[in-house]
Amino acid sequence: MLTMVQSIADAQRVALELDENVLLLGEDIGKNGGVFRATEGLWEQFGSDRVIDTPLSEAGIVGSSLGLAMGGFKPIVEIQFLSFITPAFEQIVSHVARMRLRSQGVFSNSMVIRAPYGGGIGAPELHSDSTEAYFVHTPGLRVVVPSSPYTAKGLLLGAIECPDPVLFLEPLRLYRSRKEEVPSSYFTCPIDKAKRWREGEDVTLIGWGAMIPILIDASQMLIEQDISAEVIDLQSLSPIDEDTIFDSARKTGRVVIVHEAPRTCGVGAEIAARLSEEVIDSLEAPIKRVAGYDVPYPLFALEHAYLPNVNKVVRAVMELVYFQ
Amino acid sequence: MITTKIPPSLSTNQMRKLYHQMWLIRYFDEKVDEFFARGAIHGTTHLCVGQEATATGACYVLENEDKITSTHRGHGHCIAKGADVNRMMAELFAKETGYCKGKGGSMHIADVDQGNLGANGIVGGGIPIAVGAALTSKMKNLGYVVLCFFGDGAANEGSFHEALNLASIWKLPVVFFCENNQYGMSGPVKEMVNIENIGDRASAYGIPGKVIEGNDLFSVIEATEKAVARARKGNGPTLIEAKTYRWKGHSKSDAKKYRTKEEEQYWRKEKDPIQLLANRIISDNLLAKEELEALQLQAREQIDSAVEFAEKSPAPSLTSLELDVYA
Ligand SMILES: Cc1ncc(C[n+]2csc(CCOP(=O)(O)OP(=O)(O)O)c2C)c(N)n1
Ligand SMILES: [Mg+2]
Repeated sequence: MLTMVQSIADAQRVALELDENVLLLGEDIGKNGGVFRATEGLWEQFGSDRVIDTPLSEAGIVGSSLGLAMGGFKPIVEIQFLSFITPAFEQIVSHVARMRLRSQGVFSNSMVIRAPYGGGIGAPELHSDSTEAYFVHTPGLRVVVPSSPYTAKGLLLGAIECPDPVLFLEPLRLYRSRKEEVPSSYFTCPIDKAKRWREGEDVTLIGWGAMIPILIDASQMLIEQDISAEVIDLQSLSPIDEDTIFDSARKTGRVVIVHEAPRTCGVGAEIAARLSEEVIDSLEAPIKRVAGYDVPYPLFALEHAYLPNVNKVVRAVMELVYFQ
Repeated sequence: MITTKIPPSLSTNQMRKLYHQMWLIRYFDEKVDEFFARGAIHGTTHLCVGQEATATGACYVLENEDKITSTHRGHGHCIAKGADVNRMMAELFAKETGYCKGKGGSMHIADVDQGNLGANGIVGGGIPIAVGAALTSKMKNLGYVVLCFFGDGAANEGSFHEALNLASIWKLPVVFFCENNQYGMSGPVKEMVNIENIGDRASAYGIPGKVIEGNDLFSVIEATEKAVARARKGNGPTLIEAKTYRWKGHSKSDAKKYRTKEEEQYWRKEKDPIQLLANRIISDNLLAKEELEALQLQAREQIDSAVEFAEKSPAPSLTSLELDVYA
């Protein structure tokens, strides 16, 4: 039985064992095992040439990982919290994401940037932010978010295997929220597919990461109201698995998209736009978003007000069900 | 024992004030630590226990209209620049009476009235801001100096290098004050920097660099006085590196695997900045022991009442969530 953070450490261990080109770089990931223990024990096992403690230099870490990837290594970079990625933004959006096109495929640039993200743990702004949309807006970069210990390992190994650069976002709130059986061997989950956690007929709930347990709880509550909700975990925010969400929306005719990032230009906006372009004829009600507010993440006293929760989701579903 | 010459600018009365302030900083952070452990404060916070002399000494030199930029480990800077400990504590408790109305927290305290341009959750984030504040002073002829605090770890971020170069070519009234507490989280400065002193980097930017004992209040004052005078005269920036040590872990959960108990004990026993100052005050017969004890007690009581203030203050209202984001 592993927590998500343990399964992430385990995935990296397996990758380091299988492929000598895999390297880990980041702040406090070696001797300290990572601030969240996501690299626990790896420095001891693989040594400081493969599990590299770096100075505080995000641009340098990400940029030099790109150089390593171009030379055939498979770097896995840890950014301590997603908000600390900004000094490396230039390397990511201007170079990492474009190197394949720029070199016409000569450089396949296989690298993973891992970052814990999201709220719900009482941490302040810049330690709770969900800024996935910046990166989803960047062609050439894949963005993947797990929602369980099992899928975390499978998706991370899938990301490491992938020849494209992948931003792998780890929901902080799920790091230790539950344990489950995770095979200790190598396995992957497809990193470009959404996952259906619950089948339903009346409404489709779309989310990712830390929203999934909320959507599952909401679907449970909705059963009591005789509403059958389908829960779809996007997993891949870029590219978006259109087939899965379109099929589901056609079936249920109602869609609620839930994310904790601010509403404006969040990934929910993109999903809503695609649904309205492709499946509008099948919809029985407007597409609804339950999202964070357009404000910097608040301190703990207002955190509950900011975040989506089961009640907000159920309320949104009710509006759609009773839409005239 | 501190043997540095007592700065001539320092009166007995000011000595009282500084001694009291160092205790105020220490008690503030110890209280925060306590309430963190009790679960009244959440998230993350960085304590500066053991580093009180840098904030106190550097800010002592500044005039009221001078400015500072602070860091994630900024409670000491705020207090030394004149912040109200009640409002600071309230901010940490996420209360409406806090500096950021309870919406920002430990790393988001700014007190513009006192010239504190703000703490910063992004390591290195404040350094270029200090440069801009200094450029403002120069272009508008405002006469103020900016003192920019940052850590040893921050000195490896690109922002540090860009900021020092800009300040140097524009000859700005800014003092870059590096609090080298030997570690950036778990990263020992010895492994993360390939030179002995971060202060030596000054020469790469054509500015003076000074390396000092950061737990010796008087050397902090002496070096800062020189740098501030130079800045005020229009002769440009200085880089000061103060060697110090944080007693506590980096933030709330830190097993401190990267350093030894012996090393910690050495800094606590031999280099406690408050004890060093007290010893010197006593040996030079500047103040009586009883008076020092009274100042210490007064600081403790102030912090106790800050906690009371914070506890009694209301939480921010739900409607405040969307306020203050735009003009
Ligand atoms: C850009 C960025 N990277 C990483 C972090 C996480 N972090 C916060 S403080 C810290 C260490 C900073 O070291 P230093 O500058 O020496 O200051 P100290 O904590 O020692 O006072 C790290 C890695 C951050 N807040 N911002
Ligand atoms: Mg440090």
